[in-house]
Amino acid sequence: MALTALFFYLFAGVTVMSGLLVIVARNPVHAVLWLILAFFNAAGLFVLLGAEFLAMILVVVYVGAVAVLFLFVVMMLDVDFASLRAGFIRHASIGAFVGLVLLVELIMVVGFRVVGKASDVVAGAAKAPASTGPVLTNTEALGRLLYTQYVYFFQAAGLILLVAMIGAIVLTLRHKEGIRRQSIAAQNARTPAAAIEVVKLAPGQVIVPSGERRG
Amino acid sequence: MDIGLGHYLTVAACLFTLGIFGIFLNRKNVIVILMSVELMLLAVNINLVSFSSYLGNLTGQVFALFVLTVAAAEAAIGLAIVVVYFRNRGTIAVEDINMMKG
Repeated sequence: MALTALFFYLFAGVTVMSGLLVIVARNPVHAVLWLILAFFNAAGLFVLLGAEFLAMILVVVYVGAVAVLFLFVVMMLDVDFASLRAGFIRHASIGAFVGLVLLVELIMVVGFRVVGKASDVVAGAAKAPASTGPVLTNTEALGRLLYTQYVYFFQAAGLILLVAMIGAIVLTLRHKEGIRRQSIAAQNARTPAAAIEVVKLAPGQVIVPSGERRG
Repeated sequence: MDIGLGHYLTVAACLFTLGIFGIFLNRKNVIVILMSVELMLLAVNINLVSFSSYLGNLTGQVFALFVLTVAAAEAAIGLAIVVVYFRNRGTIAVEDINMMKG
């Protein structure tokens, strides 16, 4: 149990610290790297909670896809990030005020709910945090739930991803002018009659190529 | 020393607050704002998973999976919009995004 507490405090501390460094990092590339560290440690928290599948999905989706996407965009855009930090201190005071109010509210809610009257309910449920039982692994239990009861939501999630993929492609695709591309339709539509010109030549006559004659 | 639900909820609350704080702190930089939104969604996911674990109900984890899906889609679309905007205007400063007078 002490080991669990140790790992909890390790993961939680690193998560919160790297979350803080994400928002105060001077260089956006460093911010993305801190974000990756935060995701890794949140995955550790998920493992402690018994949600191994979600932990692995978090690493795969967030670290493998989203954070790399952020990294690509940050490195691809030639932005003067120093000028974007103007007014940092001025915004920091109001941001700190709003953040502090929110944090106090949230901690009050958590403290009253958990330590207060609901604590016996939560403590009763906390006796068996392994919700999946001894025979089913977390992944198997999640799959049984996801593919039966929530199958329509699962399909809807796939649809959301499809829409996002098409939207991102449509938004960022651009056709450059002046690039010679293969036009398969034009190639297939060519006939010998349109492509070849038969010229009757009298003796001593010179052929002028049709392109030059037109031009 | 016993780690309870409140500990996880406190971590999630701290992360969510950091997300809000990041939006206020970096209100000129769209990319860092998007990262702050990701932090907030991560905090929500920690909440969902910890409740799911401590109440012995897997529905929270299914919900966290959907939140993850939507977060990935949001990041993809948001970054695509940022790239297109940068291509058109040459900047990503938030106060310059005012063509629609919104």
